Amino acid sequence: MNIIRLDTWDLSLAAMLVLVLAGLSFRLQLGASKQLLVAALRTAVQLTLIGLVLKLIFANVHLAWMLAMATIMLLVAGREVMVRQQRRFSGPWGYGLGTLSMFVSSFAVTLLALLVMVKAEPWYTPQYAIPLLGMVLGNAMNGIALGLDRLTQGAWQQRRAIEAQLLLGFAWHEAIAATRMEAMRAGMMPIINAMTAAGVVSLPGMMTGQILAGTPPVEAVKYQILIMFLITACTGFGTLMAVWLGSRHLFDERQRLRLDRLQETR
Amino acid sequence: MRDIGPLDFSVAAGECVCLSGASGAGKSLLLRALADMEPHLGRVFLDGVGCEIVPAPQWRRNVALLTAESAWWHDRVGEHFSRVDESLLAELGFEKQVMGADVHSLSTGERQRLALLRLLAGRPRVLLLDEPTASLDPLNTERVEHLLRRYREEQDAGVLWVSHDPLQVRRVAHRHWHLEDGHLREEILST
Repeated sequence: MNIIRLDTWDLSLAAMLVLVLAGLSFRLQLGASKQLLVAALRTAVQLTLIGLVLKLIFANVHLAWMLAMATIMLLVAGREVMVRQQRRFSGPWGYGLGTLSMFVSSFAVTLLALLVMVKAEPWYTPQYAIPLLGMVLGNAMNGIALGLDRLTQGAWQQRRAIEAQLLLGFAWHEAIAATRMEAMRAGMMPIINAMTAAGVVSLPGMMTGQILAGTPPVEAVKYQILIMFLITACTGFGTLMAVWLGSRHLFDERQRLRLDRLQETR
Repeated sequence: MRDIGPLDFSVAAGECVCLSGASGAGKSLLLRALADMEPHLGRVFLDGVGCEIVPAPQWRRNVALLTAESAWWHDRVGEHFSRVDESLLAELGFEKQVMGADVHSLSTGERQRLALLRLLAGRPRVLLLDEPTASLDPLNTERVEHLLRRYREEQDAGVLWVSHDPLQVRRVAHRHWHLEDGHLREEILST
């Protein structure tokens, strides 16, 4: 492939821009210069590390390595979903709910893509499996975190209306229905917006990357469409599952609203 | 979970029992537990059938709790009602046009009276009333008391009524209990 390699000077020049920006924010007393530098440093370190890891995995194609990598990605994403909630379920549900939903939806979608659509040999070829899983998982993470956050916040704010409906003899799923629909919509909105704007307002990162690497644009576009649909399916199904399970867990076996199962963070 | 009790009591069909006690004594919590809205260790029976073997929504339709503050989730009043009894509306001083009104345009007292009608529309067997007339003027208090008496007599319903007003207790109660330090004390009703 006709790839133009970046040398140290190219990266240093880009880093200089960030340094200048940090200097300017310091002068303007935005209080963000330290955060900016730390974040930039993290980007450099984390991406370098993942580059080395990928190099290692690409050189030793083995299912066990792939599974280990996939597990780590899932666990980190699960933690991210948890910390993004203002009111999350206490105990194992806090971590388990988002992680389980992400596991089911993103692993199912990625397996489908690898086995049926991409058909690499072997199917777990890391060059395809890792980026695919990464993109699917990252988006599902956003959707599920948003959906769950909206669900628990909504239940908290609407608790009197929800209890009033329970008191009139409504079942739990009727009493939570409006809040649950709101949460499911909120979780799916970003990906719907992304599909709407794709190619018109924004050039998706993966496609841009492939084009930079020399792939013919039409081939890159086909991949991008595939990815977009996979991401949408995964985010959507994952969000529906997480919000449904979460809404169920807001009520106990006697259909009481159990907000004591939530804990406030921050 | 909080400890109020142990309490042992029963309310007969067609009977009205008033419950008083300092705020924080656990009156509201007790009513919520009776409606099975709070996890509780005590056992509750309706006509000898334990709460735990009746599906929760059905239990709450039979043992209906009117909370001190009413809550509404649709924009219009009528959307909260499965059926409307116009004579009951009139009895509480409403025209039937109130069903089309915006919930937010009503006063606290109007919402409270409508919440009572909303609850009675389900024909509950037992009424748990948490200060049902706290936000009402004397005329409307009288209307509500009258309506509740009629409902109790016609439906042979049991009523447990939290009230802070000794005069009201004297008007509506067959028996009067005072909740204090986890004990129910029967008060003598002066007639």
